[in-house]
Amino acid sequence: MKVLIPTPLRSYTRQKRLVEADGITVGAVLADLDRQFPGIRFRMVDEHDRMRRHMRLFVNGEQVFDLSRPLKAADEIAIVQALSGG
Amino acid sequence: MATAKKKTAKKNAKRAPAKPGVAVLVSTRKGAWIYRSDAARREWKTSGPHFLGHVINHMVLDPRDGRTLLAAAKTGHLGPTIFHSTDLGKTWKEAKKPPAFAKSPSGMRDRSVDHTFWLTPAHANEPNVWYAGTSPQGLFRSEDGGVTWAPFANFHDDPKFREWFGSEQDGTPDGPKMHSVIVDPRDPKHLYFAMSGGGVHETRDGGKSWSTLVDGLDVVEGFDPKNIAFHDPHCVRMSPSDPDRLWQQNHCGIYRLDRPSTRWIRVGKAMPKKVGDIGLPMVVHPRDADTAWVFPMDGTSVWPRTSPDGLPGTFVTRNGGKTWKRQIEGLPVKEAWWTVKRQAMAADSANPVGVYFGTTSGEVWASRTEGEKWTVLAQHLPEIYAVETAEIG
Repeated sequence: MKVLIPTPLRSYTRQKRLVEADGITVGAVLADLDRQFPGIRFRMVDEHDRMRRHMRLFVNGEQVFDLSRPLKAADEIAIVQALSGG
Repeated sequence: MATAKKKTAKKNAKRAPAKPGVAVLVSTRKGAWIYRSDAARREWKTSGPHFLGHVINHMVLDPRDGRTLLAAAKTGHLGPTIFHSTDLGKTWKEAKKPPAFAKSPSGMRDRSVDHTFWLTPAHANEPNVWYAGTSPQGLFRSEDGGVTWAPFANFHDDPKFREWFGSEQDGTPDGPKMHSVIVDPRDPKHLYFAMSGGGVHETRDGGKSWSTLVDGLDVVEGFDPKNIAFHDPHCVRMSPSDPDRLWQQNHCGIYRLDRPSTRWIRVGKAMPKKVGDIGLPMVVHPRDADTAWVFPMDGTSVWPRTSPDGLPGTFVTRNGGKTWKRQIEGLPVKEAWWTVKRQAMAADSANPVGVYFGTTSGEVWASRTEGEKWTVLAQHLPEIYAVETAEIG
């Protein structure tokens, strides 16, 4: 499925805005992203699988915090930075 | 004859090892910069910004190999990581496994590393080993030059330490810090660290057991100094020329400790009353354990954390803290409302010693005369979080 990468994380994706990743849950997709782009997951998710305070993840426009949330192949994921910090 | 002497002198000059140059490593709220000079320290070359937009809390060059450089980074939004370079910052690689807390036992709150605050190369006999202190307080160790990190401390989930760590509301305005991780050059198993808040701690068995070192330290008026949670060391330094002498800039004064004693002496009482002995950084002379520098800060009323009366200056003692002398030549003489953070002052190992500090207003000041005269090395940088020096070839 397609994953939209925010600009602060594009140093990991060789500046690609959209990347492909596989997984049947949000957590599995993040794991696949980390396999392709080592280090990217820990910048978004902490050591206890919690989304970091200012990171947001949307599935088909719906905000998701639960990494066990199931996914379908056609789902679209957008990772964004929260609008915080001025 | 004269020609022969000249030839011999020229030949010897060729053979004499060149005096090492100096690198000043500057970490800021928005990236890092490296300034390099030869032994004369008159002309500086700049590289940077490195990691523009990243909060860099600390950047340290490994004195054991003279080439491995580590930088503790995060951004306002992204999680923490550590970068490493072996070419003085020309290229960087990210840690494969940055510091991260293990899952806590049932019933205990899981903690997450917000940022790595402090980096310390381990003992000379332990190449590639590093320690990292984090916020919230945690102690981590890498055995591969900063590529992978694991919890080192056995106290992360100790109920007593948890009480001393406090909550996020008990630390500095930027979160509680583990800092001043110090390795005894005579014994790799002898370590110190300090926590803001949470006191000073020591191990002599490589981290198997820890003891507190707070005897003699004051705490904020009205609180019980027996409670370790109330102790707020700002910066602890070991004298390079005498590892038995520790210096400390604390929330409540300037102290010295001569081991094996365990009682700190408040040498800051000799500071001028009008200035006081509150501050953040502390630096010790590389060859004289009686000589140390502090940078006083306004710690009155609501703690403005500015230079007292807008008049910045270092103070130096050359007699173990019996007396202190103000050093302000070259610095602003009025209306300078900045200060220097706890890891933003450092000394080089040249003779005379170079002293450097970075300000919260983004200036780097340098003195080639042990603080007697100051000049600006860099200005218009972001808020400076850390300044370190290193010998370079």
